[in-house]
Amino acid sequence: MTNELVDFTLVSIALLAIGIYGLAVKRNFIRMLFAVEIIINAANLNLVAFGRFLPHAGGQTMALFSIAIAAAEVAVGLSLIIVAYRMYQNVDIADFRSLKG
Amino acid sequence: MADAAFLALAVITIGSAIAALEMRSLIYGSIALMGTLGGIAGFFFLLDAPFVALFQLAVYVGSIAVLILFTVMLVKRELIFKKIEDRKRKFAGIGLMLIVMVSLGAVFLDSGIKTITTDEPAVNFRDIGTDFVTYYWPALILMGLILAGSVTGALVLARREDVENDQRVS
Repeated sequence: MTNELVDFTLVSIALLAIGIYGLAVKRNFIRMLFAVEIIINAANLNLVAFGRFLPHAGGQTMALFSIAIAAAEVAVGLSLIIVAYRMYQNVDIADFRSLKG
Repeated sequence: MADAAFLALAVITIGSAIAALEMRSLIYGSIALMGTLGGIAGFFFLLDAPFVALFQLAVYVGSIAVLILFTVMLVKRELIFKKIEDRKRKFAGIGLMLIVMVSLGAVFLDSGIKTITTDEPAVNFRDIGTDFVTYYWPALILMGLILAGSVTGALVLARREDVENDQRVS
C-alpha cells in the first residue's frame, strides 16, 4: 500500500476540526446536523483505516454498525427539526431555548 | 507517501465539507455534504473495504442525504438562504478549529503511528459476514430493533395531531 495510516488519520482530524467548527459557530439546526454527520464520518474513516492496517475485520464491522446507528440518529434528528420548525417557524437554535410542549 | 488518488479524494472531501457548512443556500450545502460522504466512500475503496464503501454509498449518499434534502425543502424559502451567525463567534470557531487541527495533528505526527505500514493482504469481506452472524449476532439483532424503534419514534414525533386527515370519499 502506498498510502500510510498517518495520511488517513490526518484527513480524519481535518474533518473532525471542521465539524467542531460547524457545531460551535452555526446556529442553524440543519447545519449543525451536517456538522455532526461530518464528525461521524471522520470517526468511521478512522475505524476502517486502523482495521486495514492491523489488519483485522473488527474495524470494518464496527464501521458498519456505526453507519447504521448514524442512520437512525439522522431520522430522529430530522423529525425533531420538523417538530421544532412547526412550533417556532424557524430553524435558529436561539429560538429553541424554551423547548416545552 | 500518498498517491494522486488519495490527494484528489482528500481535496474533494475536505473542500466539500467546508462548502457544506459555508454555502449560502442550504440546498447546495446538502449537495456538498453528499460530496463529503461520497469522498469518504472513496477512501473506503482505497482502504480495500469495498463492502463498507458500498454500504456508505447506499446508506449515506442514497438515503440520508436525500432525507436531509427533503427536510430542507420543507423549510421556508427565506430561511434556506439566511445565514444566522455572529461574526465574533465565527472567528472564535475558526480559532478553535485551527487549535484542534494543529494540536491533534502534531500529536499524531509525533507518535509512533508514522511508522505503521502493512504488506499483509486486506481483510476478506466474507470474514465480515461470518463475524456478523456468529460473533456479533446479538448486536445485529439489537441494531435492527434500534433502527425500527427510531423510525417509529421519528414517525410519531413528526405526526400532526391537530389536522384531521380523513380523505375518504363519503
